[in-house]
Amino acid sequence: MNTHMTRRDFLKKSSLVVAAAALPGKLNIFNASLVLAHAGTSFKPHAFLEIATDDTITVWMGQTNLGQGTHTGIPMIIADELDAPWEKIQVRMALAAEPFKSPVWHVQVTGGSSSIRHRWDMLREVGAAARGMLVETASEKWGIPPKKCVTKEGKVIHPDGRSLTYGQLAKAAGKRPVPENPPLKSPKDYRIIGTQRNRLDIPDKVMGKTVYGIDFTLPGMCIAVVARPPRYGAVSRSYNAEAAMAVKGVIKVVPLENRIAVCAETTYAAMQGRNALEIKWSDGSHPDLNDDTLDALYKAHLEKSGAVAQKSGDVKKALAGAAQTIEQSYKLPYISHAQAEPINCTAHVEKERCRLWIPTQAQTATQLTASKLTGLPVEKVEVMTTPAGGGFGLRGEQDPVEDSVLLSKTLNRPVKVIQSREDEFANDCFRPASQCRIKAGLDKGGRLVAWSHKVAAPSVMSRKMPQYVKNNIDSDAVSGIRDMPYSLPNLLVNYVMVNLPITVGWWRSVGYSVNVFTVESFMDEMAHAAGKDPIQFRLDHMKKGSRPYNILSLLAEKGGWGSPVSKGRARGVAVTSCFESFAAHMAEVSVSKKGKITVHKMVCALDCGTAVYPDAIRAQAEAGVVMGLSVAFYEKVSFANGGVKTANYDDYPILTMSEVPDIEVHIARNNLKAGGIGEPVFPSVAPAVANAVFRATGIRLRELPFKRELLIRG
Amino acid sequence: MIVLNVNGTKRQVDAAPGNPLLWVLRDNLGITSVKYTCGIAECGMCTVLIDGQARRSCVVNVEDVLESEITTIEGLPENHPVKVAWIEKQVPQCGYCQPGIMLQTVDFLSREPNPTEEQINNEMDHMICRCGTHPRIKKAIQMAAEMTAKQGG
Repeated sequence: MNTHMTRRDFLKKSSLVVAAAALPGKLNIFNASLVLAHAGTSFKPHAFLEIATDDTITVWMGQTNLGQGTHTGIPMIIADELDAPWEKIQVRMALAAEPFKSPVWHVQVTGGSSSIRHRWDMLREVGAAARGMLVETASEKWGIPPKKCVTKEGKVIHPDGRSLTYGQLAKAAGKRPVPENPPLKSPKDYRIIGTQRNRLDIPDKVMGKTVYGIDFTLPGMCIAVVARPPRYGAVSRSYNAEAAMAVKGVIKVVPLENRIAVCAETTYAAMQGRNALEIKWSDGSHPDLNDDTLDALYKAHLEKSGAVAQKSGDVKKALAGAAQTIEQSYKLPYISHAQAEPINCTAHVEKERCRLWIPTQAQTATQLTASKLTGLPVEKVEVMTTPAGGGFGLRGEQDPVEDSVLLSKTLNRPVKVIQSREDEFANDCFRPASQCRIKAGLDKGGRLVAWSHKVAAPSVMSRKMPQYVKNNIDSDAVSGIRDMPYSLPNLLVNYVMVNLPITVGWWRSVGYSVNVFTVESFMDEMAHAAGKDPIQFRLDHMKKGSRPYNILSLLAEKGGWGSPVSKGRARGVAVTSCFESFAAHMAEVSVSKKGKITVHKMVCALDCGTAVYPDAIRAQAEAGVVMGLSVAFYEKVSFANGGVKTANYDDYPILTMSEVPDIEVHIARNNLKAGGIGEPVFPSVAPAVANAVFRATGIRLRELPFKRELLIRG
Repeated sequence: MIVLNVNGTKRQVDAAPGNPLLWVLRDNLGITSVKYTCGIAECGMCTVLIDGQARRSCVVNVEDVLESEITTIEGLPENHPVKVAWIEKQVPQCGYCQPGIMLQTVDFLSREPNPTEEQINNEMDHMICRCGTHPRIKKAIQMAAEMTAKQGG
């Protein structure tokens, strides 16, 4: 990928340039060709699509490449509507810019499984609009009505068989207005969407050519490692700058607000220098904070009434009148993103501009942060997004941006900030821990009549987007409960906000990563109490023919729910409805007498609307199972003495090859709006396993990660 | 100055003999396909081949490999069965861990040209892939083994 492509290069090359701007409530596709032809104009739109006279077609990306496949999936959508030959498609990462903002959220961000979900119409319209302009150009040339022309493989074809390539037409097409409401293809005419393609970024990744943020380098650049407090609220009492400076290659020690940076010629020197600082930190604001005190604190919070996040019907009355009620508590830990590539950012602050190279998931936030720190207007902040070695929600955080910008200003040269792995764990913005209590009632017929669910958890929103926290309710903290895919006549959801110094952040599937485990486990408990089959019980509480109903039915069919299992094995299921998609998992497990759970097979059924890029969807679904099992079996961040105790991967095991089961993925076929993928494929994994374990052993696991000792029998 | 033999080329490096090979490769030689992730030989992402054996370069002192042939992913030909299989099976997601896993695979297949699934599991249990590409890694290893067998080793 050419990360040094500038607007100027872009301007020289392009002939037909179609851009899109998503204004609130309105989608604008405009012809940027003419604007770009007028050098000196201050209006510098970034394109979605550029067709050059040599027939190359460039799709400019605003979404971060985290390996999720959108850098192939997005071009597939545009190319299909354009009727472009797939081999002519090039993909380039664009600088952060207005046209790449989400039409829904109005910020440029790669998260919430939104890359295609938010742009399903926009991307198709961009391709269709460009196609329309090319067709009109050809038809005018030939003196025939546009509708007599057809397009195929990058050509407009005359009824008599003559044809002009898109490249031949591009220059003239660039002078035309953009057609309004260009007709979109009928799904039956798709020839790229829904087909097998090789991911365009894979060859470079396999050859070792991909330049991630951590690999990025500039002439004159130095590297900084920043020491942050190891305990919440701790301040530096003393440190040895001389010792750090004595390390060969160290250039400067720069104290920043409550953190100390060591800048060096090499990464290793910066790390050695940072270790040499021997900083004496104070005890911090919460010296008693540890795993035990946290557990007790969450429990105490569960005794509070909290804020009413959702209320329908009269839960109290319905529970009082129920034939049978059950109450249980569940517990989930803080978990880490533990993404492979450490957090990093390269900044070069100059008088007139600030440039950043960063594997960020949040381009707009990055621009705003740098603008604020440099005093430069946002349009003078150039953010080039590098490929990212994983992210899972962490890469929207602004610490590396702040550090690199401040240090580049101080040193007056480009600075790349890198975190060590220990810094990663100590400063991660964790998926919040959560405890909850659920009470539900069944009528005589075994139907759910009421569900009361109280959650005690920290609020990510309060830190990231406090304006959206109203009446002490963080909607993310209760997602998956108030929008569970079941119709319940009486539902009460209470939220008790837990305020702690532990930094919490967005993590794959956000609130659903917590609450789908508790809802789907408890749903299983209720099915058992009702004496019903777990799938039938769920279906009985869904609208027949609805998407969750259908996906669970598909899972039952494909997973062979009714068929016999091998001796000693059992199956369990769970279902998720989130990010405009519907996923369900069926786990087949056995449990040894010593409590070891083996997951033999996992079947995933997914309805994500139009399946744009099926192989990438399958890859995400496989990955969702692996991460789901990792979280179910192992992942938990520990705290001690007022700070994070977990230091590295040896303290934070991640599931590896031998525990990855056979995974089957079944994608529902339909032509609906494309929904999310990366997040919906995760939440129902852990509860499917817990529910299978219950059917195998009669023992209910109500805590993550699973406690093996609970399963020791005989 | 020390001299390292990397991918068949002798490279002069101004680095202290006790520096980890990982950082000499990345910082001094600009070979960034060798990845830093944990720094404690836990994840396997910095794996390189040293005289054909997979080693974690974050815990190898550069002075210990002065006489050795060091191979990074760039040192394998583009048509190497492992690379071909990794593309064919569409293995990488973020891709960050893959060079290390591929080099581990090269060493593994040299020891076990026809591995069982259990042997693959045991070998790969020491490698971390956070994205969860394991099912495809397994298929790619099997494919690379078959290709190597057909090519006569």
